[in-house]
Amino acid sequence: MGFLDQFWQLTVDGLMSGSLYAVIALGYTLVYGVLQLINFAHSEVFMFGAFGGIFAARAVMGDGGDVPSGLASVGIVALGLGVGAICGATAAFCLERVAYRPLRKRNAPRLAYLISAIGASLFAVNLAGKMWERQNVTIETPFTNGEVFKLFGATVNTKTVVIFATAMAMLIMLDTLVARTRLGQSIRAVAQDRDTAVLMGVNVERVIVMTFVIGGLLAGAGGFLYAMTFSAAYNMGFIPGVKAFTAAVLGGIGNVRGAMLGGIVLGLVESYGGYLFDASYKDVIAFLVLVAILMIRPSGLLGEKLGRAA
Amino acid sequence: MTATTTATTPPAPPAGQPGPARGARATLAAALLSLNGLRRLGTYLLLGLVAAVATGPDGTADEPLGAVRDSILDPRIVVFLLLAVALWLVVAAAPLARPLVTTLIARVREPVVASGLPQHRYAPIVTNLVLLAIAILAPLFLSGAARQALVNDIGIYALLALGLNVVIGYAGLLDLGYIAFFAIGAYATAYFTTDKALPVHSPFLLNPFLVMPIALILAAIAGVILGGPTLRLRGDYLAIVTLGFGEIIHLIANNADNLTNGPRGAFGVPHLSINMLGLEYDWGNDPMPYYYVLLVIVVAVMIAFGRLERSRIGRSWAAIREDEIAAEATGVPTLKMKLLAFAIGASVSGFAGVLFASKQFFNPQSFSLQASFLVVTLVIFGGMGSRLGVVVGVAVLQGLAYYLRDPVPPTDRYIYFGAVVILMMIFRPQGLIPSRRRKREIQLSEQGVGGADSLGGARPEGAQA
Repeated sequence: MGFLDQFWQLTVDGLMSGSLYAVIALGYTLVYGVLQLINFAHSEVFMFGAFGGIFAARAVMGDGGDVPSGLASVGIVALGLGVGAICGATAAFCLERVAYRPLRKRNAPRLAYLISAIGASLFAVNLAGKMWERQNVTIETPFTNGEVFKLFGATVNTKTVVIFATAMAMLIMLDTLVARTRLGQSIRAVAQDRDTAVLMGVNVERVIVMTFVIGGLLAGAGGFLYAMTFSAAYNMGFIPGVKAFTAAVLGGIGNVRGAMLGGIVLGLVESYGGYLFDASYKDVIAFLVLVAILMIRPSGLLGEKLGRAA
Repeated sequence: MTATTTATTPPAPPAGQPGPARGARATLAAALLSLNGLRRLGTYLLLGLVAAVATGPDGTADEPLGAVRDSILDPRIVVFLLLAVALWLVVAAAPLARPLVTTLIARVREPVVASGLPQHRYAPIVTNLVLLAIAILAPLFLSGAARQALVNDIGIYALLALGLNVVIGYAGLLDLGYIAFFAIGAYATAYFTTDKALPVHSPFLLNPFLVMPIALILAAIAGVILGGPTLRLRGDYLAIVTLGFGEIIHLIANNADNLTNGPRGAFGVPHLSINMLGLEYDWGNDPMPYYYVLLVIVVAVMIAFGRLERSRIGRSWAAIREDEIAAEATGVPTLKMKLLAFAIGASVSGFAGVLFASKQFFNPQSFSLQASFLVVTLVIFGGMGSRLGVVVGVAVLQGLAYYLRDPVPPTDRYIYFGAVVILMMIFRPQGLIPSRRRKREIQLSEQGVGGADSLGGARPEGAQA
C-alpha cells in the first residue's frame, strides 16, 4: 500500500546511505584485491576519520551561533572531509604497520592476519572510547538543510545532495586512479599476480601501504559524512563496517566498480526493506543479504577480480 | 656517549674480552645511529606514547586532544619513554648477544638431554595431576568475591574457550559470533525451566540438567545453518558472517521484548538441582558447588577433546589445516569436517549457556560482541590447539583481569586484550602453552611448507610451497 507512495523517498534515502557504503566498501575491496584478506579493522579507520572530521569542523564552527552559509559552509565541509580523510589514512597506515607488516615479513598463515586485525580493532575502539568518552558526539549541520528539488514528489534536501555528490566524486576519483594512473596500474598488477609484479619492478610493499592509505582516505572522508548525518561514537564503525563489507561481497570482492554498485544496491534494498519490515531490524537486512549472496552468487554481481573490471 | 650506552645495555657482550667487545661496541653504535636505528627509536617512542595514553587518564569529547595532552604532562610519561629507549637498545644489541644466549641455552639443556631422564615419560601425567590438585584446592584459599569470579569469569569461560578452540585451534577457522550460541543456550534454559523468567515458556518445564542436551542440539543446529552456506566458500567469510550473526542474536535479545524480555533480561531461572533416586541436592547461590561441577565438566571436555584430536576426525582437521587440497584428494570430506568442528564448538557454547543461566541472572549485555572477542583473545593467548594452554590462558588472563579490576576499569580492559592479541600474533602466534603440532605447523607454514589454517584461497604472501 503506502510503499508505492513512499517509493521515491525511500529511493532517495537509499541512494544516500548506499553511496556511503560504497565509499567504505572500497577500502575492503582494495585491500582484498592486493592481499586477499578481509581487513577487519577497516571499520575503525572509518571511526577515526569520523572523529577527526567532526572535531575539526567543531573547532572551526564553535558552539551554537548561526548556521554557516555560503562559502563558510563549503569551507567547513571541505575541512571536515580533508581532516577526516587524513585521520583515516593515518589510522590505516598505522594499522598496516602494526598489525599486518610484521606478520607479512614472517609469511604468517592467513588466520594470523584476521586475528591480529581483530586485536587492532579491539584496541582502537576502546582507546577511542577512553579518549573521547563512550557516548555519541554530534555537530550542527554546517549548512541550512533545506529542500533542493523534488524527485517524483520525493524531497531531496541539501544534506542528501552534499553526501551523494561528494561520495560520487570520490568514487569517480578512485576509479580514475585505479584505471589510469601508474599507481593504479601497479595496484592492479599486484592484485593479478604478485610474483610477476615483483619481477616487473613493482614495489609491492609500497603498493600495499598505498592501498591501505587510499582505503583510509576514502573511509575517513566517508566517516565525516556519516557522522555529520548521524553522530560519531567509539563503536560507530561496526554496523557500517559489516554493511560495507556486505556491499563489497555483493559487488564481487576485489572488484572496484563492483563495490560501488554493491553499496548502492545494498543501500536501496535496506531502505525498501526497512520500510516494508520493521525499522528496528533494518540492520539485520544487510546481514540477510550477505548470507543470501553467499548462497546464490558468492562471486558477487560483477565478479571478483580487481584486474578485470576496473 | 656510545660507551655509556653499551655499558647500560644488559645483553651486551661480557666485559672480560676487550678485543671482540670493542668490535661489538662499534657495530652496536653503528646499528643504533644508522638511519634505520634512529627510525626505530622514533617508532618505539611513538609506541611508548600510545601506551601512555592507553593506560593514562580518560579524556572527554569536548577536548579531543585532552587525553593525549594529560598523558604527556603526566610524570608517568618518563617511564614509558625510558622503556622505549631501553627496548631500542635491547633490540639493537640482540644480534650481538645471540651467540652468547645460544651457548647458554645449550649449556643448560645439555645435561637434561644427556641424562635421558626416565621420569620424562610420566612428566605430563604428573604435571596434569598437580594442576588438577591446584584447581581443586585453589578456591579454598579465595574470598567470596573471588570465588564468584572463579565460576563466572574462569569456569564458564574455560568451557567456552575449549569449545572455540575446536573451531580456531583444530579446524583453523575463525568464529567471531561465538557468544551467540552461548546466548541460545542461556535463553533456551530460561524458556524450558521456568514460566517466570521470560514472557514465553515451554508447555512443559524441565530440570536444568535435562535442558543441557536440548541446548546442545539447538546450538549445533544454529551452527550448521550458519556454517553450511558459508563454509562452502572461503573460510574467512565465516568470520564476518558469524560476526553479523552474533550481533543479530544480541539485537534480537535486546529488542524482542515479548520474547526475551528485552534489556531487562531473565530473572529467576532455577538453579541446578537433582531430585531422583532418593538423592536430593540444590546448587543454590553458593558458587562452590558450581565450581566443582564446572571443574568436572571442563576436565571431561578436555579429555574428550584430547581423544577427538587423536581420532580420525582430529587427524582430518590436521590434514585440512596443513593442506586442504591434498586432504580433499585423499578422501577427507573437508566441508563436512569443517562444519562438524563448527557445530561442536557451537554446542559447547550452548551447553555453557545452560550452566551460566542456571547460575545467575543474565541480560543481553552478557552476550555482547565484546564477549565473543574476549573468548577469541583467551584462546589465542593460551595457545590455539592446546587444551591445557587454553584453560591455563583463561585462568591467567581472567585472573589478572579480576585482580587488576581496581587500577584497570572494566571498560579499559579491552584495550589491553586488543594489545595482547596483536602482540601474541607478532611474537608468539602459537600461544602461552603451545600445542606441539600447531607450533610446528605455524613454523613450517612460515617457511612456505603447508598451511596452518583452513581459510582456503591464496596465501597473502603467495604460495611458495
